[in-house]
Amino acid sequence: MLKKRIIPCLDIKDGRTVKGINFEDIKDAGDPIELAQRYVEEGADELVFLDITATLENRKTLTHLVTRIASEINIPFTVGGGINSLEDAKAIIDSGADKITINSSAILRPELISEIARYYGNQCVVLAIDVKFISNEWMVFRNGGKVATGISAIEWAKKGLEMGSGEILLTSMNNDGTQNGFALAITKLIAESVSIPVIASGGAGSQNHFSDVFTQTKATGALAASVFHFGQIPISELKFFLQTKNIPVRL
Amino acid sequence: MIAILKYNAGNSTSVENAVNRLGYETRITDDISVLQAADKVIFPGVGEASTAMNYLKAKGLDDVIKSLKQPVLGICLGMQLLCQSSEEGDTEALGIFTANVLKFPPKNLVPHIGWNNLIEIKGKLFSGVTAQNDFYFVHSYYAEICEETIAINDYILPFSAALQKDNFYATQFHPEKSAQPGIQILKNFLNL
Repeated sequence: MLKKRIIPCLDIKDGRTVKGINFEDIKDAGDPIELAQRYVEEGADELVFLDITATLENRKTLTHLVTRIASEINIPFTVGGGINSLEDAKAIIDSGADKITINSSAILRPELISEIARYYGNQCVVLAIDVKFISNEWMVFRNGGKVATGISAIEWAKKGLEMGSGEILLTSMNNDGTQNGFALAITKLIAESVSIPVIASGGAGSQNHFSDVFTQTKATGALAASVFHFGQIPISELKFFLQTKNIPVRL
Repeated sequence: MIAILKYNAGNSTSVENAVNRLGYETRITDDISVLQAADKVIFPGVGEASTAMNYLKAKGLDDVIKSLKQPVLGICLGMQLLCQSSEEGDTEALGIFTANVLKFPPKNLVPHIGWNNLIEIKGKLFSGVTAQNDFYFVHSYYAEICEETIAINDYILPFSAALQKDNFYATQFHPEKSAQPGIQILKNFLNL
């Protein structure tokens, strides 16, 4: 049986792991390689690395980091942040990443999804979507949540599938950093509207939040950062807990 | 020396890293004499079937792969290209295994992405591995069950998770990305 995935996310700035609240107030959370290794030992199913600065000078730092991660980690990992072209994606994949994730650049030019998918396959392209509930509707934001796009979340998810994304990483800005639980309603809606895997992100604060997202939505993965970085929820304990709730997990 | 076939369907780096961590020397190569002289050959692959197959043919690597006598391990697309044909790009493949590769019917999420366990495992490739161990899969096409099937996975329908015929071994899942059980499979292959 296919297992539900627990995915720690490492936000990277200048080669360090950082964590913000509601996309702001950034603080240091340690060395990415050390954290990644700890997560592999704890039983993480995948890792996501997001370069949150993604400036040109940070590109090299990022590819070096990807090379180091690839040489030490034997589970799949995804890298994103500032990928604007097939060339950018190639640099990351050639350094050893298994998948890339794109967000703002895909909103500005949806063909980017198809270009990368045609070259590396759909499974290689994770479309990250940041959404916010405003005026009674879930809307897509870009540039780390700073810019409203006027596009509805559901519409963009369907478009992403059509353009060739293999997975959707859905982050609710309302929930991110609050530790009040995942955004169940929009996760449920999107996971039922597309035929590709959806990873829920934003708001994890307790073990119950993970079981809620897996029992109340069709999400196949759940992503979190702070609760893992600061040891609040050890991944191994979380997986045993999910198993007691009859949620299939890899132990 | 373990040769890892270099062609236009990456990502060989992860396979190389995993084999190096086990203490083996590796070469990522498309040099025919190096491939033929290697102790073992790994045929990795993430990509599109017809593009990859055309590349292999253009380089004359299709006949080289078929004629290898040492143990060969196909992984993911590498395994699919060792089958008869693939529905992906309507591709005639290398024909080592009798299975055809077909697209998953849309009865569940496709691609099949994530950790899944195996059933009916048999043979040396799986020593020390149990039906409780999970392996990392990521694919939209599957190989049918055939007489060379040595492990089955059931996602949407039962399909070949691993195949073996003579010196040719193959897995649909990625042993290099499958934590400890994956390392065990690589060790088993390297110890053949």
